Amino acid sequence: MEVSRIRILLLSAVFATVLPGCAWFGRGKDDAPPEVVSPASDAEVLGDPASDRPIIDPQVERREIRRKRIDTEDFEIGAYVGILSIEDFESNAVYGARLAYHLTEDFFLEATVGQSRAGRTSYENLSGSADLLTDSERDYTYYALSLGWNALPGEIFIGKNRAYNSAFYFVAGLGSTTFAGDDRFTVSGGFGYRILPTDWIAVHFDVRDHVYDIDLLGDKKIVNNLEAHLGLSIFF
Amino acid sequence: MSRPPSLIILLVLLFTASAQAEDEPRKILIADPYIELHSGPGRGYPIFHVVERGREVYIIKRRTDWFQIRTEQGIEGWASREQMIATLEPTGEPLDLQEPARENYMSRRWQGGVMAGDFGGASLVSMFGGYAFSDNLSIELTLNHILGEYSNGYSATLGLMHVFAPEWRLSPYFTLGTGVIYTKPKATLVQTEDRDDQIGYVGGGLQFYLTRRFMLRTEYRNNVIFTSRDDNEEVDEWKYLGFAFFF
Repeated sequence: MEVSRIRILLLSAVFATVLPGCAWFGRGKDDAPPEVVSPASDAEVLGDPASDRPIIDPQVERREIRRKRIDTEDFEIGAYVGILSIEDFESNAVYGARLAYHLTEDFFLEATVGQSRAGRTSYENLSGSADLLTDSERDYTYYALSLGWNALPGEIFIGKNRAYNSAFYFVAGLGSTTFAGDDRFTVSGGFGYRILPTDWIAVHFDVRDHVYDIDLLGDKKIVNNLEAHLGLSIFF
Repeated sequence: MSRPPSLIILLVLLFTASAQAEDEPRKILIADPYIELHSGPGRGYPIFHVVERGREVYIIKRRTDWFQIRTEQGIEGWASREQMIATLEPTGEPLDLQEPARENYMSRRWQGGVMAGDFGGASLVSMFGGYAFSDNLSIELTLNHILGEYSNGYSATLGLMHVFAPEWRLSPYFTLGTGVIYTKPKATLVQTEDRDDQIGYVGGGLQFYLTRRFMLRTEYRNNVIFTSRDDNEEVDEWKYLGFAFFF
């Protein structure tokens, strides 16, 4: 394979020097099938006495070759499912999507979008009918833009013959939570653990705390909504 | 002669290189005395194999500053960028990784990032994307999410940005633009109306080249909201810190 390619290059260099004028270059021949150089034509060309120039023309080094781009896999996209505890409003399932960009081997940027639903407060249950929130106000959605740090990269070993890359990481970020009819500026943070069964798939376990102010019950207070989720993502 | 030579030249120029490149991963030649293959894309992963000078290996993929390499024996491992710089193309040229370094980051046309700050007392989360026409001048789209105590809002603005000295590591810039802002008072307040207004701004900021393709930014904007009331509203917008990258 490599030999024939070099031969083709040498041949083409010789042709280019021997044959003056390049006006016929590529004239309507683009659709012709590629052909393989036979040893016979090899000898014929190399033995051409019409050319006084050296057979190897240094110009050939400057040819333009379109090299294949290296496949860069710095992005990671995935989904997760878990449990979100909404302060005063029970715990519920949370679903989310995640997009990450790995800046270096230590740091990554992460955007997450999640959705859950609030339950009923103890007060609402005890009082019977006094609902604090309407049905649509119980929808809970959030997004977060975070910076992550792979604090403890490593490998895990399963049995004698299997080792998988892993990392324990911390994330901290800003974002917004839409709950009880309003968007609320939210600071989130937490940690996670990532295992790569292959080079391009990652399994995540994450714990996050979402912190925001809410004045639903009159006084403003800070709430902490804890979330734990399992996720799957792929690198691309 | 049994075949036209132009065909072969065309074949060389157009078909062989590109067609073969699509079939198999990129091949390189080891020029250092040896390169080390780690078991994972990170400095701490153990070195389990070395490839000597003169051997040819394939690059399978890249993750951050690490390259996954396959040897002729089929062994796969990760090599660092520092060692890859010393490898050669099969033609003998040094491998060009096309790193966006400070010297050539200005030639990168697209930029994106996130910023956070304060919008007239409210918290601000901001995303932006820009395209540079020249080293100095670029057009930028900014999406703001404004989260206040009494109202929330979104704004989308399109503006021009002029970087005064892009060759400096720390460079000031000037920005000017217009857009729309949507304001929604909080649900717990007495009923007031949602509003859509036009917004105009003038501002300035500083950008700091961090490393590779990354920059830090800080920005101030003086916004004028063209309200439907008698007076226009002026809002100071401070983006304390932002992170930008080129792509």
